[in-house]
Amino acid sequence: MSTVLEVQDLAKTFHVASGAAGTRELKALDGINLSVKRGETLGLVGESGCGKSTLARTLMMLEQPDGGTVRFDGQDPFALRGKQLLAWRRRVQMVFQDPFASLNARMTAGQIITEPFATHKDLYPSAAARKQRLNELLDLVGLRATDADKSPQEFSGGQRQRIGIARALALGPDLIILDEPVSALDLSVQAQVLNLLNDLQQQLGVSYIFISHDLSVVRHVTDRVAVMYLGRIIETGSTEQVFDSPLHPYTASLMSASPKLDPALRPVNRIVLQGELPSPLDPPSGCRFRTRCWKAQPICSAERPESRTREAGGKILLGMPGDSVNAGQQFAECHFPVESAAEAGLAVSA
Amino acid sequence: MMTEILEPTSRTQSADQAVLEVKGLDVDIRTPKGIVRVVSQVGFSARRGKTLALLGESGCGKSMTAKAIAGLLDPVASVAGGVARLDSKDLLSMTAKQRRKAAGEGLGIVFQDALAALNPVYTIGTQLGEAFRIHRGASRKQAKVEAIELMRRVGIPEPETRVNSYPHQFSGGMRQRILIAMAVALSPNLLIADEPTTALDVTVQAQIMQLLRNLREQEDMAVVLITHDLAVVAEEADDVCVMYAGNVVEQGSVDTVFTRPTHPYTKGLLSSVPTDSQRGAGLNSIPGSPPELSKIPSGCVYQDRCPLVAAVCREQRPALRETGPGQSAACHFAEQVATSRTTEVRLAVGDDEK
Repeated sequence: MSTVLEVQDLAKTFHVASGAAGTRELKALDGINLSVKRGETLGLVGESGCGKSTLARTLMMLEQPDGGTVRFDGQDPFALRGKQLLAWRRRVQMVFQDPFASLNARMTAGQIITEPFATHKDLYPSAAARKQRLNELLDLVGLRATDADKSPQEFSGGQRQRIGIARALALGPDLIILDEPVSALDLSVQAQVLNLLNDLQQQLGVSYIFISHDLSVVRHVTDRVAVMYLGRIIETGSTEQVFDSPLHPYTASLMSASPKLDPALRPVNRIVLQGELPSPLDPPSGCRFRTRCWKAQPICSAERPESRTREAGGKILLGMPGDSVNAGQQFAECHFPVESAAEAGLAVSA
Repeated sequence: MMTEILEPTSRTQSADQAVLEVKGLDVDIRTPKGIVRVVSQVGFSARRGKTLALLGESGCGKSMTAKAIAGLLDPVASVAGGVARLDSKDLLSMTAKQRRKAAGEGLGIVFQDALAALNPVYTIGTQLGEAFRIHRGASRKQAKVEAIELMRRVGIPEPETRVNSYPHQFSGGMRQRILIAMAVALSPNLLIADEPTTALDVTVQAQIMQLLRNLREQEDMAVVLITHDLAVVAEEADDVCVMYAGNVVEQGSVDTVFTRPTHPYTKGLLSSVPTDSQRGAGLNSIPGSPPELSKIPSGCVYQDRCPLVAAVCREQRPALRETGPGQSAACHFAEQVATSRTTEVRLAVGDDEK
């Protein structure tokens, strides 16, 4: 599988007004490394305020990064201009969280879905071609051809999200960023949309970045997961690794704290973290998680931890997530990674 | 010190005693297009020291039910029938003044959006102390002492200084703690929690659920937990009442309802939850979406989405009837639902919503 997107050391700082003191720096992204392969789904999890949305916006070129590189098939989108930039924009699209707010109520579903063709004129130059593509898209997302003339308020939430997905697919993108695509939907409808996304990926081979706070959904739809905390990715790995044997205490507590429907999967000892996310304006020194971590030692406040990975035999070693040698491995930034499922509070009663 | 204020009589009653008993509750909303019934013949009871979950999707009437019981309905909504007995006194037939007295002390309510539920121009201390001022005739000084004690009980650090802070100076989790403190201030017998953790992150959600659990045990309260999250119900509740389109479609203990659902909606919901075992595979989804409340079909409310729908379902609305020990469901084919192991796998593509 080839890599669609590669991000290295991405940084974005906002300047926040703070009274007479002038402005303070808010490091929304502080050295993000990640990669997405073709046809793969990368899950992005973290609590509100951890930088998930800033990352998504930066990848969509809605924010200009302060540092680091973004490579899309080896190309830096921020260096592109004119026609090349336009061509790049076709390849990355986004689906937004709230299908009730993200669709223009004064346009019909057909107009919303085909609006991208107005900017990308050479793609479907004739009205007949656009019409044909529209019908193709409606069919792909499970809507009827007659739905094209209805306005968004005539649709239910699940159908509206289908319109949003059809619009994102209109230009044939390689990567779709899904920002909480099902969190505004009811459970019974949520499953329909998740199945649709899964089918589309298999048909079209598109890659997803799936942002969600619902861990059971993330586990169900993603191949790999990146866990964010205060502007950094503190753990990455395959979905199975991260959910079943997390290395970072924060990941462990997230997995342990999420409610489980099946009593057999409930941990014997649930980790309930103390406190809440510290202000990103004033992040803790050293390891950013240390203020809530039950394993914190003096070194955690003095030194920012390097990435560690788990080798065969359970040994935990230093490593760099960017290296191709280590591609696909699980990494966590922690001085004292969690060593077992029991320690992660994930051991279940037999 | 809180325990001194408790009414000793109510605390000694038997554990299975129903603190709240709701029967045949109907709620109507006046709309420009006419009157719409949003809650229809809802009944349940909440037991002392236990948690009852009202489970349902948005618009199913679960919050409306709670608001009707607490007397907090919007002016466009009104109770059209039924009783809601709190400690055997019917809250719905009381005058507003009587209800304020009875519900003020006997019932606490926690809302989803803590920032909207708190008054931004008063300090937390003033808002927490208000209950003691009104119901206990406490002086400002006493009320503040009580407020600090309450803040300590719900785990707010440095209550002595934080008592003078305003709502916006607290984080989301802390604000939810303040709301909970306010709800339990007068040691009510019943606590209604309306989606108390929906706006919170998962690690904070775990803290808040733990706090609610501890308070329920300390105070021996009955808790009515309103939620759309099946996993939360599975973990926190003893009994569950599943609502759909303003009606109770199934109720019983969580153990029985979740392991042996007897209504197709409950069954469909349970199989829509992504679980580890089905990773990557298609999820079972319920086709369609809930009906608009103004267009609820006669006959069974679930007929348009039900895989078992038959002629009788279109003609006759099934009544809630016993389908197992302590379990009841409103379905003509409850027995078939309970025994059939097949869950229809329907891929979303090609499904027609509605």
